[in-house]
This record gives sequence, C-alpha cells and structure tokens, in this order.
Amino acid sequence: MDFDFSDDQNTLRESARRFLTDRCPRDAVRRILEGVAPFDRELWRGVADMGWTGITIPEEHGGLGLGHLDLCVIAEEMGRVLAPVPFASTVYLFAEALMLAGSAAQRAKFLPRIAAGDLIGCLGLAEGAQAPSPRNIEARVEGGALTGTKTAVTDGDIADAAIVVARSGAERGPRGLGLYLVDLTGPGVTRTTIKTIDPTRSHAQISFDGAPAELLGAAGDGWALVEKLFDRAAVLFAFEQVGGAQVCLEMAKDYALSRYAFGRQIGSFQAIKHKLADMYVAVELARSNAYYGAWALSTDAAELPVAAAGARIAATDAQWLASKENIQVHGGMGYTWETDCHLHYRRAKHLGLALGSNRRWKDALISRLEAANAAA
Amino acid sequence: MNFDDTPQEAAFRAAARTWLEANAPAPEEAKRMGRENLDEATALKAARAWQSRKAAGGWACLHWPKAYGGREATPIERVIWEQEESRFAVPRGFFEIGLGMCGPTMMMYATEAQKQHYLPPMLRGETIWCQLFSEPSAGSDVAGLRMRAVRDGDDWVINGQKIWTSGAHYSDFGILVTRSDPTVPKHKGLTFFFVDMKSPGITIKPIKQISGTSNFNEVFFEDVRIPDAQRLGDVGQGWTVSLTTLMNERLAVGDAPGPGFDEAFALAREVLLEDGPAIRNPEVRQRLAEWYVQSRGLKYTKFRGMTALSRGATPGPEASITKLVSANVLQSVANFGMDLQDMGGVVHGTGQPAAGLFQQALLYSPGLRIAGGTDEILRNIIAERVLGLPPDIRVDKDIAFNALPTGR
Repeated sequence: MDFDFSDDQNTLRESARRFLTDRCPRDAVRRILEGVAPFDRELWRGVADMGWTGITIPEEHGGLGLGHLDLCVIAEEMGRVLAPVPFASTVYLFAEALMLAGSAAQRAKFLPRIAAGDLIGCLGLAEGAQAPSPRNIEARVEGGALTGTKTAVTDGDIADAAIVVARSGAERGPRGLGLYLVDLTGPGVTRTTIKTIDPTRSHAQISFDGAPAELLGAAGDGWALVEKLFDRAAVLFAFEQVGGAQVCLEMAKDYALSRYAFGRQIGSFQAIKHKLADMYVAVELARSNAYYGAWALSTDAAELPVAAAGARIAATDAQWLASKENIQVHGGMGYTWETDCHLHYRRAKHLGLALGSNRRWKDALISRLEAANAAA
Repeated sequence: MNFDDTPQEAAFRAAARTWLEANAPAPEEAKRMGRENLDEATALKAARAWQSRKAAGGWACLHWPKAYGGREATPIERVIWEQEESRFAVPRGFFEIGLGMCGPTMMMYATEAQKQHYLPPMLRGETIWCQLFSEPSAGSDVAGLRMRAVRDGDDWVINGQKIWTSGAHYSDFGILVTRSDPTVPKHKGLTFFFVDMKSPGITIKPIKQISGTSNFNEVFFEDVRIPDAQRLGDVGQGWTVSLTTLMNERLAVGDAPGPGFDEAFALAREVLLEDGPAIRNPEVRQRLAEWYVQSRGLKYTKFRGMTALSRGATPGPEASITKLVSANVLQSVANFGMDLQDMGGVVHGTGQPAAGLFQQALLYSPGLRIAGGTDEILRNIIAERVLGLPPDIRVDKDIAFNALPTGR
C-alpha cells in the first residue's frame, strides 16, 4: 500500500511548477481574459516542448510513453496556474479517445502531431442548455457526412480536429450513437466563437453541414465510449480542479495574514479561521478521492467508474467552495476585476460543467454503486 | 501510488486473516456478543475475552514495543489489521482510551519498572484505564482545570472534580492532570499522575446522556492520596505530558461509529417514499453521493496519512479532519435516514429499519461533535497548526491562575 506519488513524480511536479510559474504568470492569463488572443500560443508551444502534450502517448508515436499518474501531476499544476491552453481538450479528451478507440491508422495519423504540439483537438458533445444524453443528441452522420450543431465546444474555435458524438441514421438511444473524427478546417464546418463565463478558455459553437466524418471505434459504441472517456478524463480534470482549489486556499490564507481590521490580522478571527479550515477539509478530501481515481486510472482497475465519479464530484464541489469563499475572505477587493479571485471562480465553474454537471455525476455515482452492489 | 499490498504486507494480511478466521467469534456468536442491545457488564466480558485472545495470539496493540507485548508493527500493518478485524463482528470498545492514550503516555513518562508492571495487563485487557482531564470549568480550555494537588511528604493530596470521564465506572486506573501551583499562569502550574481508581476518596457518578445511556461520569476526589512515585513528568510540567496524551488521542480517535454511507445506501434501497423506492428519488441520490465522497475521502486521507508515517513523517494535526468530518456526516446521515422513514421515523427501537441505528445515532451524534475536541476546536487546530493562521488571543496567558476572572 502506498497512497502517494513517487519520488520521480514529485520531481516532475517540481519542474512543472517551476516552468509554469515562470511561463504562465497571472498577467499571461489576464491577457487572454482581456481578449488579446484566444489562448496562450507561446505557453502551448512551451508545454509541447516539455513533452507534456505527449506524456502518455507511446514512444512509437513520438510521445514520452509515461503513465497516467505523471499526467495527473501535470494536470494539477496546470490547474494551479489556470493555464489558458487547450490541454484538457487535446490531451485528456482527444488523445485519450484515440488511444481508447482509434484504429492503427488513426493513431498513427494523429498521435504524433499531438505529441509534437502541432494539433489541437476538442470534443463535440453538448448541443445547448440541456444534459446531453443518448435520447437528445440531434447531430447525425449519414454516408460519412455530419450534420448538426454542437455548443459549447471548449477550444472548438482554435482546434484543428474534433471528435463529435452523433447519431447514425434515425435510431435514438445509446446504440444509435457513434464517435466521429472531423477535420475542423475542412468543408462543411462553420465556427462561431462564443462568450462564456470563463473567457480564459476558448469556446465555440460549431455547425456541421455535410462535413466529412470518419468513425472512431465501432458503430453503436459511441455512448459507451463517451462514458469510458469521461471516466478517464474525470480523474485528470479532478487534478486540475484540486490544483485550482488549493491555490484559492493559499490566496485566502495569504490575504487573511496580510489584511488588518480592528487592529488585528483578519486571519486571527475565528469566523475567518473556520472558513479557511472548511476550505482545507474540502480540498484534502477532494485530493484523497483524486488519488484513488489516479490509482484506478493508472491501473485500469475495475473500480475506475466509481473512483472517477468520486474524484470528479469531490473536486468540483471543493473547487466551487474554495473559489467562492476566497472571494468572501478578500471582501470587496475580492469582487474587483483587478484582484485575481474571479479568475478562479470562473475557471471553477467552467471545469465543473465541462465534463457534465455534478448533479449528473452524483446520479451516475449512485447508479454505479447500485450496479456494483447488484453484481456482488 | 499503489493501493495493493506489497509481498510483505500481503503476507501480514494473510497471517492476520488466518488467525482471525480461526479465532474470531463466529457470526452467530458475534451477534450475541455484539455491543448493541447488551447490558454493559455482558459487553465488557465479551470485549475482555476478545482482547485476551488477541493478546495471547500476539495481535493486541500492534504498534506497541515488543517488550510490553506489542508487535512493533508498521502504520500500514495497523491499517491492514483494522481492515481485516472489521470484517468480523468482534466486540469493540472499552480499551481504546487505555491502549491508545494512557499506554503511550506511560511509555513516555513512567519508570521502566512501572511500565513492566502496568502495561502488559493493560494490553491483555485485564486492566482498564481512563483519562481524567476535563472538569466542569475546563472543557475545551483543558489547561483551565482546578483540581488541586498539594504535596504532603511522599504523597500528593488531591481534591476536586473531573467530568466527562469515559469508562471511569469500570476503570482500574486513570491518568490525571492536576493544578499543583495556582500562583503561576495556567499552563505552568500543572502536574500529571496516574492513579488507582479504587483509591479511598474517589467517588464516581455516572452521567445520564441524551441518548439515555451512561458512558461517562463525574469523578470526585476528596483527599485522595497519590504517591509521588506515580507522578508522570516533573512538577509543573503537566501540560507537556498532557500534550503527549492529546497527540495520541488524535491517532486513537477514528471514524465515528454508527451508520454512514453504506447504511444510508442500504436504507434507501429498502424504504418506500410516496413515489417508489427512496433510492430512485433524485434528492436522495444527490445526498448519498455527497456522503459517499466524504466517507471515501476520509478513508483515503487516512491512508495518505499512514503512507506519510511509513515514510518517516510524524503524526500531525492534519488528522483533526477525521473526527470533524465523520461526526458531522454521522449526524446528517442519522437525520436523513429518519426522514426517509417519515412519520414512523420517530419510533426508537430495534424494530425500526436497520435495527434502529439511525434513531440511536441521532441521539449520540451530538456528543461525538464535542468529545475529543469540539468542531470549533478542531477547526482552530486546522487553521492555526496546519494553515499557520494567528492563534486566538489569550488574555489569560500571563496572568496567575488564581487571579483569572471566573464565571459559571
């Protein structure tokens, strides 16, 4: 039994933290917030040069061939600095989907470009303000041509390729869905950049009108693959969320130590101390759930669906709590554009929805536990 | 990161399991011996028998030194043992305070002869120990205690009252902190002893709790004589000794006993709401999921702590999370479990779903949020000792104890 990262992984963490602190200071995030560019291209290049876009991609495809535990370490550091790059879309979703279901040819075509940082990928699932489900996906593929609209697609406006969840023909339900690879620079694709609550991450609405689409994995496996993919991504997202929540706690603590009121540091008041203690507890419980998820992901354990849901739920709730209470501890200053609290608050909500709401994950967790219980 | 056993751990687990299968009470016997619904004397007898059997087999007090009957096991081995033992419905309780808190304090401060004399019987379950700290005017403010200790030749004469003393009524010995000098600030005038609970002048009065049971007591000391040889630590150093005990308390106090996620989940599958099984109700599912991640988060936090210990770290104040979270989860689970039983949920008794566990827990969970440090004290510990926030302002810090203002 060993519930911690290894020395090598901790060394990787240190170098990642040094690199990101240096290359992704808060004003870099703010440049994206202010709309100077849709993402930080220079940072993205740097991240790729460090090998992180290919961290779990096999060496034969130009990656580092490391394990998912190493990727978890990087994810936490990305979350700490609110990196404004399409890392999650490309690495946790696009690359993972290829490694999960891609044919030899599809892997050979895309993985080396991802590892080299030459390809940005994204996932097109949601179609508006409703929980995506096998019953309500409208996008469909007929004769290799995709028609439909996906929104909001994180990084959809800067991505080179998308994996889109769509129906084949008229059948509704899980077996009627497939995953499709689409070249976003090709014909039949119209992209509109959309405004979201987190402008430090780029989003689009993508309309497909007969866009060429290539099946990824077997026909009819689409929904099962989405669930598998989301379980894997949930663990990685959880580490980003834990990293972000941890920073909120640190910001709040630093402010509570430096701000004086009534002749005392505000951190000496129990109302503030207890708030910070509750933030700490939430972050630690989320971290522990994330560790369990990391173990399940890295060993492909049978417990992964339950472990991933646990990691996702705890991390989403913890980051929400930490980001909102960080503003509260900062008082009026916390509500200003100039203080960084809102960057975390925005990112917390973005990450909390990007893989589906916690309401849905909580429901799914109970379904999984029911299934495990029935099987036992 | 590896949630599997190493070969050595697997061997330890196999040995533990083999021994438990051969020695733990069979389920039927265990049911009879279970603490629920048994009178205390019967439960105590069962617990003593189990402790003695464990000691004979070398499975009692895994972390204690071999010299006193322990096994010098690693933190991970302790976890493994707990996991394996919890698969059997063995009788629990009665020994945690002695073995977890009094024993380690004796090991640190008693003479070698005293350790040889007192520790092995404690380990075998032949003697039971209690911890005499809290007083009517000194609960969370432990160092504000008033029990007087006055030196008289080779003895000390003790007068005063302790309260909330778990198990005093069946204990043979206790560890005791007293005020030996009221003219200095509160932390400086304390002296620590161990005491024979059958000493003349000690009166024990059980306190009836809101649950209707009496697990703890008021203990009155009237001219009780304690030999100076039973002093632990130097005169005036009682606070330092108390901290040893309190540090070990943090390790000893584990999860809240009683219904948690698993029981709530089972209940939700069993009871019907107005529109079908409770488990199908969206609100129920949301709440269950939250308790699941809290309870598993605690479990893995504990494992992370054990990993840190096994890598050479010392137990820190981080462990305060465990009781803070588990006592609160227990209270919410109890409340919600009774809500699921709706108007019939008020009925208290073993005929209720889950043998009335939720009703029982509703009544004892408030105590768990207080015992061993209130929620508020635990949050202070996390804020001050883990996060490094400023300590509360202590107006009594530099004032002689007998000059402090007192109220009720």
